[in-house]
Amino acid sequence: MRQAIGIDRVVKRYGAFEALKGVSLSIADNEFFTLLGPSGCGKTTLLRTIAGFEDVTAGAIALYGENIAALPPEKRPVNTVFQQYALFPHMTVRDNVAFGLRMQGVALTERRARAAEMLELVHLSDFAERLPTQLSGGQQQRVALARALAPRPRVLLLDEPLSALDLKLRQAMRVELKQLQETTGITFVFVTHDQEEALAMSDRIAVMSNGEVQQVGDPRTIYEAPVNRFVADFIGETNVLPVMVDAVADGRARITLPGGHVLTTDALEGLAPGAHHVSIRPERLSLATADADLTVRVERVIYLGTDLQLLARLADGTPIVTRLQNSSRNELPPAGADVGLTVEAGAARLLLD
Amino acid sequence: MAAAPDTSGSVATGWRSLAVPLMLPTWLVIGLFLLVPVALMGVYSVLTKDFRGGVVWEFSLAAYDQFFVTRGLFGDEPPQIEWTYIAIFWRSIWQAALATLLCLLIGFPTAWFIATRSPRHRALWVFLITVPYWVNLLIRTVSLRFLLRDQGPLNEGLMAIGVIDAPLRIINTDVAVQLGLFYSYLPFMVLPIYAAVERYNFALSEAARDLYAGPWTTLREIVLPVVKPGIVAGCILVFVPSLGAFLAPDLLGGAKTYMIGSLIDEQFRGSMGNWPFGAAVAMILLTLVLLVLLWQARAAGRERR
Repeated sequence: MRQAIGIDRVVKRYGAFEALKGVSLSIADNEFFTLLGPSGCGKTTLLRTIAGFEDVTAGAIALYGENIAALPPEKRPVNTVFQQYALFPHMTVRDNVAFGLRMQGVALTERRARAAEMLELVHLSDFAERLPTQLSGGQQQRVALARALAPRPRVLLLDEPLSALDLKLRQAMRVELKQLQETTGITFVFVTHDQEEALAMSDRIAVMSNGEVQQVGDPRTIYEAPVNRFVADFIGETNVLPVMVDAVADGRARITLPGGHVLTTDALEGLAPGAHHVSIRPERLSLATADADLTVRVERVIYLGTDLQLLARLADGTPIVTRLQNSSRNELPPAGADVGLTVEAGAARLLLD
Repeated sequence: MAAAPDTSGSVATGWRSLAVPLMLPTWLVIGLFLLVPVALMGVYSVLTKDFRGGVVWEFSLAAYDQFFVTRGLFGDEPPQIEWTYIAIFWRSIWQAALATLLCLLIGFPTAWFIATRSPRHRALWVFLITVPYWVNLLIRTVSLRFLLRDQGPLNEGLMAIGVIDAPLRIINTDVAVQLGLFYSYLPFMVLPIYAAVERYNFALSEAARDLYAGPWTTLREIVLPVVKPGIVAGCILVFVPSLGAFLAPDLLGGAKTYMIGSLIDEQFRGSMGNWPFGAAVAMILLTLVLLVLLWQARAAGRERR
């Protein structure tokens, strides 16, 4: 796997504030890579250091093996799609799209042809002569995309490009962006705080918090095997339960759930017996038919259409959320009833705190 | 209005019916103190001058004739174009254009600097820019004269530290007039440009840099076109008053730096004046300025298209 971007122990400091605390990442060629995290986690800062808008305090950034950390943005073969699009208001859509090519010294006829090609790619051929202010938000977004793709960058950086769109458009654009990345074969580095967006589009995700990378992995790993409490909490809905690790052997751990039931699950590297936490996704819990892993008292059942949400508590008061598929077979317990829940095999994931 | 939908009672119509009474004071002020004097000036310019100053109410084109046509010293030669006043106009336009350029070159970086400070510091800088303008223009121009004269602080200071041996001849030259105009009208350049740069979205500059434009290309291709309305406004606000200025040329310039403002001013002073001629020069200046503004408005309109 060829490396497109190598980020090596990058530190970014603003005065006393450390926005990036020694981040290292390797992004592969042709990959749709997402930087995911809450606002202020450093994801946008990291993207801006790759683009060249921010210099790094320490560390190196390599683009296809070449260290670019000292280069100004105009010398880096990467292009950016900005959050608020940043289209040039005094230029037509065509001139916006052709701007990068003009700056690279591409001849007029080829510039025209490439701009037309890009506008076709984003379905805006009929809007070439318009000014950006005469377009809707979704159309402006496509122009920004076409403008950044026109110079055929080796890497495309996208800074929350969908956040200004309404929900329907956002969902449609997800599919389109993913298709675009596959057809162009350009490496995409995508910044978002929306975990659903990240899961839907990415080949791999880096979850960030407090200027550090918490976990890197494909969407399935990030969702199903979060390494720590932050990742488990941030990605989707989860139940975090206190457990006792009784024994660790051969990468497996024997744990005791609250209530005394014993399970075996994957151990984490360097795990010692003692008090720990596990994460269990709500959809990995079901109503027990025989031997229950957890016993809870039901507080409320919420009807969500495709799903039913069961809100309950353990004897010690820990809240437990269960998602059950809506089917006619369900016999739902009334509020106040004590019910047994089964934890799907492998669903209880040990967390590093 | 018969076909208009019935919106009586809505807030909008309520205000619309109040529009005329609310606008009346403005119209009165503009009419009384702007249009009437200009009309009066137009009328005076086609009257006959009274030798004691003032006018005789008798139609005459003598003032315009004096401006454009010469018939020799004794008025008995065939009519030719009079270049004296046209030359004064030309010099005034030239001086005003130069002052505008100077204000732009200094004003743009100044405005840029202020607009890129933190919001709290911006207010302070704008305040500092306007502080000198709380003092009357005449007093400021006189003090500039004091500052620049041969035995003034500037020359004495430069000689004391040994930069020059003899005083620089600044006072009564075009340089002094330029300094005076520049100093008088700089804020009129800085403030509109500041307002435009403050609204400028700096992500546009980042986008340009990202698309392979260097810093200077970004300035030329993106920044200047986007803040152009502010620059144009600043240039008009400096050029127009510079063209008619009379304090700076009068107090700082010499005989060779005579400008339109002084020419007009002189025609209304004491019994030596010539009111119809002064009015005619003012009317010609007004026409010129209106033509420039009209041309600018049409150019801006074409761009917006």
